[in-house]
Amino acid sequence: MVAESLALSAALFTIGVIGVLTRRNAIILFMCVELMLNAVNLSFVALSTLYGAAGQVFVLFVITVAAAEAAVGLAIVIAIFRHRQSVNLDDINLLKG
Amino acid sequence: MNNEFYPLFFSFHFYLFGLIALASALLFVTRKSPVAAALWLVNVMFCLAALYVMLDAQFIGAIQVLVYAGAIMVVFLFVVMLLNLGRPEDVSDIRGQFPRLAAGAVGLALLAEVMVLARAKFPAQIESAIPSGDLSRGEPGGIIGPVAELLLKDYVLAFELSSMLLLTAIVGAVVIGRKRS
Repeated sequence: MVAESLALSAALFTIGVIGVLTRRNAIILFMCVELMLNAVNLSFVALSTLYGAAGQVFVLFVITVAAAEAAVGLAIVIAIFRHRQSVNLDDINLLKG
Repeated sequence: MNNEFYPLFFSFHFYLFGLIALASALLFVTRKSPVAAALWLVNVMFCLAALYVMLDAQFIGAIQVLVYAGAIMVVFLFVVMLLNLGRPEDVSDIRGQFPRLAAGAVGLALLAEVMVLARAKFPAQIESAIPSGDLSRGEPGGIIGPVAELLLKDYVLAFELSSMLLLTAIVGAVVIGRKRS
């Protein structure tokens, strides 16, 4: 089951990367990042069946950081939406030279 | 671990949840509407929670349902509905032909690389460097005992620092997200 889990984790991570590369909506981009974090969590849990409980501890930390990232990131998205009335990443080009 | 060690019932449900997770993830990246995408992502997270339970990580499975599917995705849905982005048919946010092809190529290359890496062997020196609790059952403390022992002994500094991180994130989210008068 470990090999299957690692393969599924790789596939989910790749789907997340493709989502980040093909979408423009900032909120959906965040969700794709969450999908990638979940894929990594699946690898951690699968390997923890072989190498001990340390993998599960790391998963707890990853979930904590993901929660913090989602809160701050979505607050930034709301702040940007107030300024530009859009969450389309092509409209957010203030730093472009 | 051998495949014949697992009964058919176990393997069937393992593959079932894996395939549902994969299909839901594909539907998630292809939906135009953010709400539909978020709901498919919730489905992926529930399937992953089931897989965690099957991989003997019951506590992580519960945390996955409570924190990820229950809290983080609710925040996402809340923001999507708060911003009220209009009808999905009018504003498709999927990029054009060339970025899509490029993303497909990058995805294929990454998938091949990760598949090759997944077959590689874990180096022995890393293995011995990680403090690892014993996951064997029947010990006092049950299934959560080994995790708690590691979390509150070897990783207690990181555990405390993560509480600081969460406090900072709360304050940061409130400060960034409030309306300036």
